[in-house]
Amino acid sequence: MTNAAKEILIAKLTALADDEVILAHRNSEWTGHGPILEEDIALANIVQDELGHATLWYGLRQQLDGSDPDQLAFFRDANEYRCCELVELPKGDWAFTMLRQYLFDLYEAFWLEAARHSTYQPLADAVQKIIREERFHLQHTQAWIERLGQGTEESNRRLQQALEMQWGYAQQLFVSIPGEELLVAEGIVPDLASVKERWLEHSTRHLQAAGLRLPINPGYQPTSRTYHTEHLWSILAEMQSTARWDAEAKVW
Amino acid sequence: MTTLPSTEQVWKALAQIPDPEIPVINVVEMGIVRDVEIEGNKATITMTPTFSGCPALHLIREQLERTARALGFDPVEVKTVLSPAWSTDWITPEAKERLRQYGIAPPKPRGAQDFLIELEAAPTPCPRCGSLNTSVKNTFGPTLCKAIYVCNNCQEPFESFKTV
Repeated sequence: MTNAAKEILIAKLTALADDEVILAHRNSEWTGHGPILEEDIALANIVQDELGHATLWYGLRQQLDGSDPDQLAFFRDANEYRCCELVELPKGDWAFTMLRQYLFDLYEAFWLEAARHSTYQPLADAVQKIIREERFHLQHTQAWIERLGQGTEESNRRLQQALEMQWGYAQQLFVSIPGEELLVAEGIVPDLASVKERWLEHSTRHLQAAGLRLPINPGYQPTSRTYHTEHLWSILAEMQSTARWDAEAKVW
Repeated sequence: MTTLPSTEQVWKALAQIPDPEIPVINVVEMGIVRDVEIEGNKATITMTPTFSGCPALHLIREQLERTARALGFDPVEVKTVLSPAWSTDWITPEAKERLRQYGIAPPKPRGAQDFLIELEAAPTPCPRCGSLNTSVKNTFGPTLCKAIYVCNNCQEPFESFKTV
């Protein structure tokens, strides 16, 4: 791999990991507050998986530049994070949380499927691992979209509201990072445009079947991972406080 | 001058370590331990994670290291590999039977399960009465590797090991 490609891959792995960490931490806010016990447990499981995936992505970065995953997660400030804005948004109600997880899971599923044949073997290996776990997520969140969309007037209304808020934000998942085309050309990561095509086709069909209307005006669509919402600052303050309180601690 | 145990004896010792979350099976028959290498006083143990976010992994790693040290090896290195990705197909048939007796429906053969968005095809038999008339209550259970089912025949809820 050329040095230029290596730098871009490091940035890409960071973006992948940061999305998982922030989404996981955001959804962990439901632990102990889920609508029913089974769902509380299910979401906590999904969160745990996503954290596992973040560990794998940071681990791949570590192999390239020797960075410490814990340092990256707990000692970077918001402006050094490279997550997308969708995952930063407050958890909202159950419909908001389930829709975001569904849109993200579907993107991840198609991205992983396309990344299985990465020419960078460590990435292809990690993908094989993650893909087996993601299957269960999508099964779960997909069913929630149907349940809420076709449930009561209120559940449909809440899901519709969430969709109008998130649809534009979700498009950022398909915005390349600077230089990503170089990685695509070398077959290291999949082309986001073709992942988006499949995601759009699949999500549109599923959302409409669940009785939702796709927003005519997609609303705000973030384009750069160097910009963040104000919510990232508060979530990091909470997530990192224990680690920063006593950085030398071996056991918390 | 004491002689250190052979590779085979190390495998035997590691097979005494129960899986922290499912103590009826050990980490070797679980397929977690992939390789044991001995070079002089040094033991290198290669392991692979089951589920990537499994919190028991740290404990397993520690126990592997401690077991090798107790046998007299120094240094001991525990390496983690991702490839080939762990599969429930690696759990030995005897261990699967012990899972069933313990009340956990064992995982099914994985087969060609390449496409991501696919529903579980084969029905899961109840580990207590063997009935195929069972239904999923929750794809997610008390640990990452298990789902919750209920048997419509004997009315018992049970856990099922996910097939991955």
